[in-house]
Amino acid sequence: MAYLLRRLLHGALVLVGVSVLSFLFVQLAPGEFFSDMRLNPQVSPETIRHLRAQYGLDRALPIRYVRWARSVAKGDWGYSFAYGLPVSKLIWSRARNTLLLTITSALLAWLISIPLGIYAAERRDRWGDRVTVAGSSALLTVPDLLLALALLILAIRTNAFAAGGMTSPDFAELGTVAKIKDVAAHFTLPLAALVLGTLPIFFRHVRASMIEALALPSIQSARAHGIPRSRILFRYALPAAANSLISLFGFSIATLLSASLLVEVVMSWPGLGPMLLEAILARDLYVVIGAVMLSTFFLVAGNLVADVLLYLSDPRIRRGPA
Amino acid sequence: MVRIAVVLLSLLYGAILGAGFLAPYDPAEQDRAHPFAPPTRLHFVDAEGSLHGWPFIYGLIPSPDNFAEYQEDRSRAFPVRLFVSGDHYSLLGFSCRRHWFGIDEPGHIFLLGTDGYGRDQFSRLLWGGRISLLAGLIAAALSLSLGMAVGSVSGYFGGFVDDTLMRLVELFLAMPWLYLLFAVRAFLPLHISPTVAFFLLVVVIGTVGWARPARLIRGVVLSARERKYVLAARGFGASDFYLLRRHILPQTMGVFLTQAALLIPQYILAEVTLSFLGLGVGEPVPSWGNMLGSLQQYHILASYWWMLAPALVLVPVFWGYQVLADFLHERLEFGH
Repeated sequence: MAYLLRRLLHGALVLVGVSVLSFLFVQLAPGEFFSDMRLNPQVSPETIRHLRAQYGLDRALPIRYVRWARSVAKGDWGYSFAYGLPVSKLIWSRARNTLLLTITSALLAWLISIPLGIYAAERRDRWGDRVTVAGSSALLTVPDLLLALALLILAIRTNAFAAGGMTSPDFAELGTVAKIKDVAAHFTLPLAALVLGTLPIFFRHVRASMIEALALPSIQSARAHGIPRSRILFRYALPAAANSLISLFGFSIATLLSASLLVEVVMSWPGLGPMLLEAILARDLYVVIGAVMLSTFFLVAGNLVADVLLYLSDPRIRRGPA
Repeated sequence: MVRIAVVLLSLLYGAILGAGFLAPYDPAEQDRAHPFAPPTRLHFVDAEGSLHGWPFIYGLIPSPDNFAEYQEDRSRAFPVRLFVSGDHYSLLGFSCRRHWFGIDEPGHIFLLGTDGYGRDQFSRLLWGGRISLLAGLIAAALSLSLGMAVGSVSGYFGGFVDDTLMRLVELFLAMPWLYLLFAVRAFLPLHISPTVAFFLLVVVIGTVGWARPARLIRGVVLSARERKYVLAARGFGASDFYLLRRHILPQTMGVFLTQAALLIPQYILAEVTLSFLGLGVGEPVPSWGNMLGSLQQYHILASYWWMLAPALVLVPVFWGYQVLADFLHERLEFGH
């Protein structure tokens, strides 16, 4: 229990640390959201001064940090300069779309890579293994930017998938079934890009940990006892490989919000990616900080989930001096 | 495999170093009469059907009806000439104007087509590689030297210093690095000269990624510190600095090189991604990232495949570094 509490405390400290660092970066930055307004002769200096006071930009950094922390406690996460909305509302509406995409892609990548990894490890160095390994290495050399662009070209050329956005222009008039169909059609392309991007990494990881597990003396002796192959694989080897798979699971939670940024921008999926880019260009500080914080939260949570699962599954961690 | 990878990477780096000589045109030179011209076809057989021993090309006539559609003008052939004199460029500090190949005026040779301003993609690819590949190298050097400094101090001195530094490392590892990159870039000025942008970008990318090498190097230093010969040297009165330089840091070479082979392609991609999104090196200086930027418009992406060249050239770069990293990992870290 003490171990878990310590991990929890550690995670909270990381979050505080990241927020402080973000604010320090803000302070270093020249210019702000209202800088461009100064160039506009129709906006008087008083208006700008008033706006800056309203958003608290005229205060010292520590005061701004405390006010921001209070706003976090209230659940607002500060206000967006550009939209005049609480950041939490703005981010949540976008994060939903991102999560829809990344959770599905992570599930799919898991569903494909685990059986494939086990298969390849079991037939190590035979041609079934060679082909899958070569395929995953080839995918690994294709940068995700190229992958996304190539898929987009395919979609535009063949007209088989809806390219860009999340919904068709006439989305509001569609029935419920048609709405789901419409989103699914827009969904396929970014999903394919993400799955193809993560698949080789997952596959390599699963294969390596299974190969390691299959080399254990216990597995050899199970083989010698004539225990059937499938039972050895799933009952003996898979649990032995569990630790590294759990770590990978934690990693895939941790990257839920950051994995799809680029794909979203390229395919104009209305998730966090395009919003973050827009906020950066407009210097909408609290939106940027909010997005960084949320993503850090997922990273910390992913590591924490992995720690908890490891704690539950591995008695060595439970009893050992953690 | 490794040999092929090393040769391939050397060729690529050689090509970008000699960009001025190999590229037929200046990367910023616009040819407004030829926007989105397709890659120029090299011919060996002329209109009468007789075979030539040396390649030649035909000029392009813009189609009167459609934008960016061209027809070959078969009435006049331009032979490809070697070592022609053309635009000025500087090579190792010398001003030169000799180019590898070229075409007599008024012909144009666009080996990889042109972009929307009629700039030669082949020349821009070579010059842009300078920015992108160099950014990867410098940023990785920065990351690794930061990581080396922090890791060795942390591992060697231990105690309070080690604890503090490792907490900082965990903080940096916990930050989502693409977000961090975006965020740091967000707080830098947007409208700056390309040179300043390049160095800022390199510094930002390099400082974001120091944490992982620092942790790995700390681990190596930690175990090296306890080796018997190090303890013996210390017993003979060797100073901390001498021990680090002479006995401990050489041990970290394997981790150092492997990390370099892993980080460089990552950082190249980071530069390409940021410039693609308009947050990195800006026009008119070409980089592989900003050359791809126009592909955010779907009609350009769908119609002009040669605009994809800077993304395609990343594949051999990635492959080369991947093979190299695997090799170094096996040889230097575990192959003692």
